[in-house]
Amino acid sequence: MPKVIKNVGCPYCGACCDDVEVTVSDDGKRVLEVKNVCAIGTQIFMHGGDHDGRIKLPRMRQPDGTMKDVSFKEAIDFTAKTLLKAKKPLMYGFGSTNCEGHAAAARVMERAGGCLDNCASICHGSSFLAIFDNGYPSCTLGEVKNRADVIVYWGSNPAHAHPRHMSRYAIFPRGFFTGKGHKSRTVIVIDPRFTDTGRVADYYLQVRQGHDYELFDAFRMVCHGHADDIPDVVANIPKETILEVAEVMKNARFCNFFYGMGLCHSDGRNHNIDIAISLTRDLNEFTKCTIMAMRGHYNITGPGAVWSWQFGFPYCLDLTKKTMVHMNPGETSSVDLAMRDEIDAFINIGTDAGAHFPIPAVQHLKKHPFITIDPSRNMASEISDLHVPVKICGVDDGGIVYRMDNVPIQYRKVVDAPAGVPSDEEFLDAVYERMVELEGEGFI
Amino acid sequence: MSTVTLTAKGTHELYLEAYNVTPDAFAGKTADEIAGLECHEGNRKGKLGEYFDIDGNGGETAADTQIIVKGNCKKIKRIGQQMTAGEIIVESDCDMYTAGWMKGGKVTVKGNVDSFCGIGMAGGEFIVEGNAQNYLGSAYRGDWRGMTGGLIHVKGNAGNDVATFMRGGKIIIDGDAFLHVCTHGEGGTVVIKGNVESRVGGQMVKGDIYVYGQIKYMMPGFKYVDDVEAEAVEGEKLTFAHYIGDLGERHSKRKGEIIYGNIYLKK
Amino acid sequence: MSDYIIKNGFVFDPLTGIKGDKKDIGIKDGKIVEASEVKGGKTIDASGKTVMAGGVDIHTHCVGPKVNVGRLMRPEDKLFRSRTKVGNTRVEMGFSVPSTFATGYAYARMGYSFLNEAAMPPLHAPHVHEEIRDTPIVDIAAMPVMGNNWFQLEYLKNRELENNAAYTAWLLNATKGFGIKCVNPGGTEAWGWGMNCTTIHDPVPYFDITPAEIVKGQMETNELLGLPHCLHVHPNNLGNPGNYTTTLDTLKLAEGIKPNNKFGRDVVLHNTHLQFHSYDGTTWADFESGSKKVMDYVNAHDNISFDVGFVTLDETTTMTADGPFEFHLNRLNNLKWANTDVELETAAGIVPYVYDKNIKVCDIQWAIGLELALLAKDHMRCHLTTDHPNAGPFTRYPRVIKWLMSKKARDDLLHSFKWSEKVIAATQLESMDRELSLYEIAQMTRAGPAKCMGISNMYGSLKEGTNANIAIYDINPEKMPKDPELIEKAFSETAYTFKDGVMVVENGVVIATTPKYTVWTDVKVKENAIVERDIHEKFAKYYSVGLENYKVFDEHMHNPRAIEVDATN
Ligand code: SF4
Ligand SMILES: [Zn+2]
Repeated sequence: MPKVIKNVGCPYCGACCDDVEVTVSDDGKRVLEVKNVCAIGTQIFMHGGDHDGRIKLPRMRQPDGTMKDVSFKEAIDFTAKTLLKAKKPLMYGFGSTNCEGHAAAARVMERAGGCLDNCASICHGSSFLAIFDNGYPSCTLGEVKNRADVIVYWGSNPAHAHPRHMSRYAIFPRGFFTGKGHKSRTVIVIDPRFTDTGRVADYYLQVRQGHDYELFDAFRMVCHGHADDIPDVVANIPKETILEVAEVMKNARFCNFFYGMGLCHSDGRNHNIDIAISLTRDLNEFTKCTIMAMRGHYNITGPGAVWSWQFGFPYCLDLTKKTMVHMNPGETSSVDLAMRDEIDAFINIGTDAGAHFPIPAVQHLKKHPFITIDPSRNMASEISDLHVPVKICGVDDGGIVYRMDNVPIQYRKVVDAPAGVPSDEEFLDAVYERMVELEGEGFI
Repeated sequence: MSTVTLTAKGTHELYLEAYNVTPDAFAGKTADEIAGLECHEGNRKGKLGEYFDIDGNGGETAADTQIIVKGNCKKIKRIGQQMTAGEIIVESDCDMYTAGWMKGGKVTVKGNVDSFCGIGMAGGEFIVEGNAQNYLGSAYRGDWRGMTGGLIHVKGNAGNDVATFMRGGKIIIDGDAFLHVCTHGEGGTVVIKGNVESRVGGQMVKGDIYVYGQIKYMMPGFKYVDDVEAEAVEGEKLTFAHYIGDLGERHSKRKGEIIYGNIYLKK
Repeated sequence: MSDYIIKNGFVFDPLTGIKGDKKDIGIKDGKIVEASEVKGGKTIDASGKTVMAGGVDIHTHCVGPKVNVGRLMRPEDKLFRSRTKVGNTRVEMGFSVPSTFATGYAYARMGYSFLNEAAMPPLHAPHVHEEIRDTPIVDIAAMPVMGNNWFQLEYLKNRELENNAAYTAWLLNATKGFGIKCVNPGGTEAWGWGMNCTTIHDPVPYFDITPAEIVKGQMETNELLGLPHCLHVHPNNLGNPGNYTTTLDTLKLAEGIKPNNKFGRDVVLHNTHLQFHSYDGTTWADFESGSKKVMDYVNAHDNISFDVGFVTLDETTTMTADGPFEFHLNRLNNLKWANTDVELETAAGIVPYVYDKNIKVCDIQWAIGLELALLAKDHMRCHLTTDHPNAGPFTRYPRVIKWLMSKKARDDLLHSFKWSEKVIAATQLESMDRELSLYEIAQMTRAGPAKCMGISNMYGSLKEGTNANIAIYDINPEKMPKDPELIEKAFSETAYTFKDGVMVVENGVVIATTPKYTVWTDVKVKENAIVERDIHEKFAKYYSVGLENYKVFDEHMHNPRAIEVDATN
């Protein structure tokens, strides 16, 4: 009899919907059906379990350039030796790893004396810079659902990137103080492109690409009593519209900004978010206002949390000194390290640096040992010296993940991975043990 | 004044972190002792002697120690970090954090410097004859105490994020700067003799910015008030259009009057 | 595991009444035993040294979401301010909000073995337990934050104590929590709308209940269940001039309530960080100490206890579930501000803060903390905390001990202030000659907190049979040092710390770790269909996570040590 597993978390986007129902085969090896999940989430579940397409053994590049299956023991040994030999190894990724894996990776890289970074480095890293400089007045998604009557999506397009975000948390749900659902809310969308999210907006502001910072400044001028001094047009938006929308925000009972890559990736990235935070703070003089990053991957918030409690920094960690940790994005961020050719060994884990990094960065990394740890093939795995397959967190491995609002969600294993395939944590712990075995003591 | 001459051997494969190349660390040491000071190449702890030929002894104190660095320093970080006195002259380009968290003395770089140079500076003088990259005279991540004193003079151009969270001191850039000047500024003076792209004085609470060239996009939060005559750099009396702002930011009052940040744009 | 005899030390153990007598202590199989029972163990020479039970911290923000936001948002708290690690430990990062590793090691170096994390937002419980796993050596309990929880606001408004108790028991179980923490009762819910409750009679918007009703109801609930710890309250109106009246109003709610428990606890209300609640004056200009007014009441009522929350005059990071307070603080100092409102439950705010000794208000706060401890008549009910990291980092406890034990040390500092005359005029510290004894320090730092939390059969004592958590300080009670700095030094780094019988610190250096436990309270209550239905309904309609994913999975709880409570009749 196929078995139905309920309350499963979706291992795709940062909305971390945890109401998924998964039907698995008799033998517990395959997912047969998934319910409550949007289209992009469904795919992931189908990849999990024990089936023909799954890579079951590590693959090591041979002198003739071909890839050959090797044992996990050999893969562990190769990884440990590569790390010990390097002067400045980098481990980067963690877009699809549970927090247990992040902790294990941290121990490995601390022991190795290397750099440790996650995908936030190339997406929401600018949010961190803004948080460092200006804080983060935020809330959990349930607060938005229960209280918020004004929702602003700025530079984010949940209709595509987080399909159930609007229905579960932000626009449509009927919460405790928002019993009328969509009717009780005003939706403002600010984006240079008119997106599908823009379609549900009561106000759509087509901000001039790269000039969000100026528009925020104008909104802040309203809060600080300088509405009259606003120029006639700011970032393509007429003054009257700015004043009107500012009034909507100020008169909200509870206003929340959801911002996305549109802010993180345009010019002066971190400052766009920084000033959004300033505006959020200003609005709290008039009403209640909060702000939240639309984090992409389902557990990309996780490494930031784990490494903050372990080291005090969420990403871009430089552990090379071994007695202390240094962080400074712009220097210790993966792409900068690679572009400047600062790295002499690279481990790509749970992501595809091959596809996401600039070509010169990949070329620099390719001069040195290059390892990929990932359940499936991707561009990085195909240029690697070693590709280690692992379990898929959220499908054939459980563990804790952090939703975009920092709420921990306990994920469940729904199917069995092929025999012998380790989780990220198991593989990394074995690498750590091997390093200790090869060279001196471990941590007490 | 005793002079220690370091000549980079070019033996580092990766970037070298030469945080001990300061008059403070060299003071009271012989050339041999200096050669034994620690540095880092990645996770390998090395000694300065492995990477530099060292000639001459340090002075008795930092103040009477001069360091001349020769050879290719393009991949050497942290020269002059946290120094309090004395002098360093780097004859080539050098990398990040040059003169970072500097408290006193003088650093001159004959070539270009990379990012984060003069970061968190509290005093002294830092001269760059070439260009500087991003975060010149800025604050370390998260610190609301950016540059608090001293002088930075870049004879070429600078990149983004000059003088973030600046509270005091002066930065002069003879060429251009790009995005963000004095963001979150709370004091101090920045003079840019060339052009700036945009976001000058964003979220600025206090401080003065002089621009001799163009600001391509002025922040909406800055308002023209009057024309003034001023001497941004000694001996250069000029007429500027005076703007106050950022009107979107908080401002304190002194004797009942609101104190704004100022942008002076050369007429 | 080795056995030990600790020989010839001066032992201070208030729970067994030992006041500095020379006494040998035995350690066998991780427990404390009569010295004569140890055969062939190692001998530790403690002559000329002070021996106490492992320290017990009743109120610290050491793990959890807001602590972690504090870490994340303050890279500058690490810059040139972290300890360079020695030996084979994990790296230790951060000054005011240390990393988990730094936290565990630093507490162990100070001789501590038990921490009570003061604010666990229930929704974030799995996160708290993950951090507990990564905090070495010390055992940790965490109190779920209640007091603004929608279930409880409704039950207490209707005076449904039984239901409130059943829900509370369920919540402790779901979060693997320890006791009831109540922060700015009602005020934090009001913050959901950007408002606050600053007196105990301000109605909570919409819920139509007052802070007084919440506190009283929670106290009754606590005693109905018979929990090990009493209700742990952070009252309304924290940090405002003149707030001592709100504090007295809150404390008075305990009048007539009797403790009911089998854990040896005899208080019913614990007022945390009393320093922040003992302010007189009307504005920051005429701000002055209200310590005497508060302590006159506390000394006369033995069913209440408090911890101080000493201001240490450092640059630190404030963080509390008192959301409106943090917003207010941010408006005063204009530094960065983080806020995390948690659906149906609580909120939190985080703001860096510099307690500058050149600022009069900070110095008065510093003096108020010391006054409270010096005015206290019973140090079993007066506990040492800095409300870490709110009034200062916990690593300053040794400095606080120095001030409490040495009038010279505090007078020297007091007279060095820029505004010392104004500070002296606004406080009474200068006139106070009292110097606390090592026995009183032992009461404040282990015996008192352990008794108040109902865990004195396991922690805070050197009684035979308790866990062998022992701190040996290099200080000789017969030859107390003239230089107060030596007191601070002795309490900063133990000569030896034992945790569960393992020597984890030797001469101030961490040399070993040992399995550490998560302490929680497992309360059995009668089945309650109404509460079960309410839980299902609230999760279906208002929470953003599923009920089944809310409860901490067993595999995410590390080395549990449950305290069993049977409240079925
Ligand atoms: S919105 Fe995101 S988390 Fe939810 S089902 Fe879709 S992909 Fe999965
Ligand atoms: Zn507290």
